[in-house]
Amino acid sequence: MMPFQIVVLWSDVLVWLLFAAAIGFAVLVAHNPPLLSAWRRVGASRLGMASATILVAFIGIGLLDSLHFRQALDGKPGQKTQYAVEVLSLLDALASPLRLNNEKTYSAPFATRLYAKETIEVPGLGAVREYPRLKNAGKHLGEHEEELLADAAFTAWRAILLALLVWLALTAWLLQRRAAAVDASRRAKTSGDETEFAWSSVLLTLLLMLMVLTPLFALSGKYHVFGTDKVGQDVLYQVLKSVRTGLIIGLVTTLVLLPLAVGLGIVAGYFRGWVDDLIQYVYTVLNSIPGVLLIAASVLMMQVIIDTHPQWFATAAERADLRLLALCFILGMTSWTGLCRLLRGETLKLRELEYIQAAQAFGVSHGRIIVRHILPNLMHIVIISLVMDFSGLVLAEAVLSYVGIGVDPTMTSFGTMINNARMELGREPVVWWSLAAAFSAMFILVLAANLFADAVRDAFDPRVA
Amino acid sequence: MLAYILRRLLYALPILIGVNLITFALFFIVNTPDDMARMQLGVKRVTPEAIERWKSERGYDKPLFINAAASGLATVSKTIFFEKSARMFVGDFGRAEDGRDIAREIGQRMWPSLAIALPTFILGLFVSVCLALTLAFFRATVFDLWGVVLCVAMMSISGLFYIIGGQYLISKLWRLVPISGFGDGLDAWRFLILPVLIGVISGIGSSTRWYRTIFLEEVSKDYVRTARAKGLPETIVFFRHILRNALIPILTGVVVVIPLLFMGSLLTESFFGIPGLGSYTIDAINAQDFAVVRSMVFIGSVLYIVGLILTDISYTLVDPRIRFS
Repeated sequence: MMPFQIVVLWSDVLVWLLFAAAIGFAVLVAHNPPLLSAWRRVGASRLGMASATILVAFIGIGLLDSLHFRQALDGKPGQKTQYAVEVLSLLDALASPLRLNNEKTYSAPFATRLYAKETIEVPGLGAVREYPRLKNAGKHLGEHEEELLADAAFTAWRAILLALLVWLALTAWLLQRRAAAVDASRRAKTSGDETEFAWSSVLLTLLLMLMVLTPLFALSGKYHVFGTDKVGQDVLYQVLKSVRTGLIIGLVTTLVLLPLAVGLGIVAGYFRGWVDDLIQYVYTVLNSIPGVLLIAASVLMMQVIIDTHPQWFATAAERADLRLLALCFILGMTSWTGLCRLLRGETLKLRELEYIQAAQAFGVSHGRIIVRHILPNLMHIVIISLVMDFSGLVLAEAVLSYVGIGVDPTMTSFGTMINNARMELGREPVVWWSLAAAFSAMFILVLAANLFADAVRDAFDPRVA
Repeated sequence: MLAYILRRLLYALPILIGVNLITFALFFIVNTPDDMARMQLGVKRVTPEAIERWKSERGYDKPLFINAAASGLATVSKTIFFEKSARMFVGDFGRAEDGRDIAREIGQRMWPSLAIALPTFILGLFVSVCLALTLAFFRATVFDLWGVVLCVAMMSISGLFYIIGGQYLISKLWRLVPISGFGDGLDAWRFLILPVLIGVISGIGSSTRWYRTIFLEEVSKDYVRTARAKGLPETIVFFRHILRNALIPILTGVVVVIPLLFMGSLLTESFFGIPGLGSYTIDAINAQDFAVVRSMVFIGSVLYIVGLILTDISYTLVDPRIRFS
């Protein structure tokens, strides 16, 4: 009997599909010298590689959160195993102390007591209005709450020391390998104009990340590092869960957008005539509807469909999941026009070049010309616009969720976190930690994506090179 | 010139018809009026009579395209498509859920929207162009590098943060201006200053970076080299040659958004409680008022298309090489 049952959500399928596609693309790049040299230039960019390291960490969290299962319930032996209704992910399992250590309501970061006063029975004194102790934070301190600072600092130091050791070991291993590689290349006399991969900045970012994250996770077992929210859930846990939503919005949308933009753009530019007119008409119409309004109208209609067909969804998680994918679909449908117009223009230029005309004269079929000769020459535009779009989509998710047309309210995302927390600034004392955590995590993700996009653009844009 | 504008307007007509068809398909074919009625009345415990009443109150009880029951012109005009979609071309948007006339509501609400959006737009453009010019002047120095990094950082911050942070800092902590609301006449400036300021700051990052690249493109052109070779001082080269020429793409690029300023901004208006079109749209979205959202989609497209025509005209005005042909 299995202790768990694997659950495959639709978004998981797409996430892993994207992951596979990324690996496939990497293999393709490795066999394609021009693309490889462009990616080498990205690899040589110090800022670009530092941000890529951070992005990889975010993607790692997202992937861990995309393996779902249902735990088996304790039943009598011989009985058919029952599984819990709750769908958990691998991340939930790893972070189960964070997920399960709930409090009653708000508590500040590193607090040992609740945000609000309660009436407590104290032996000998009767009922007293006091800030009650938290159930799951700083328990080990016992009566000595004043030792919190010392204890936290000690835990953090130990974690930092550990992080430093890990990092040193990693660096030593890498240096050794590189020394061997340099030796080999010197013997083969192949080194020369090879662009140098920016190892130093990757290692530096890694050091910084380890220095921040290890103490954070070490402390999160004992305290609520980012505090708790209104229903007492750990904010750090919510931030971790939001990463997947943001990544899906940013990445799955491109899965919708890409075939439309690339297919229609190339076809319009290559065949011209009435096909071109028709495609141009479609994207001009779509483009002339202001984006937010079109998204709002589409999401409203999607909500009507979801609400009038409750029988389609077995669990709440499934409904939230499909709603997220529908949102990606809508975002993709409303944002393919820009890339499509760009690709059409570029194809119009390419089809007049001699090598394409030569191919046509040799009788090469249209499909083959498009795939072999036109598509590879548009790759740089596609890649640049994809990495540029990502950060915009992550930011858009927050805004849309605020407007009420974003992800399902039960789904954790940066947008829903901000939306739930924004009224709390009016409280006295101010509850700032939820907002601060959501905004900072989103800022780091988007900044890394933007810097990486810049590095990619600099490497691929023929105008600069 | 007049003939040119007329022809551009004629080109716009099929696009508007397309927009109209898309909104119609979205609002009436993806979901039938019955579904919308069920949604509005609550999915459970809804009787067929209640649905019929809801539909007839709003005029949704007619066929979509062709009314076989009527005769003559009425076969086309007594339909949902004609009454709800085609009538939008003559400015008839029907009524909102609360019974108010949408066209009148729009006429009233666009002025507060404009009062926020226009100063934000002009001030934002001015500040961004100045900053971009400064960055371009100090190009390839440490100042320029960190300026660009700062721009990227500023555009990586969510627009929500600027609004929430600004409101908290300036209105709640420092108590300089009211946190939200709107006043009539001269009194309105107290309410306007914060949203305009926040709007300008949140836009600085991306637009400064964009204008900087335009300036840099201009800097590397031949006429600039000629100007330098003549021995002109760098300040004159910058302000008399580069600034003027770079302003052409910048100004023609922003013309397209000018008509859309009437629509206001969804976020700003709802956070600051400004009775403009942006907050009207948000309220309609939250109340699932389909008629209002439909009207806003149509008006937004009309304004965008007007913006496109204005862009074309502005090109011909600033660049004598482009003819009205």
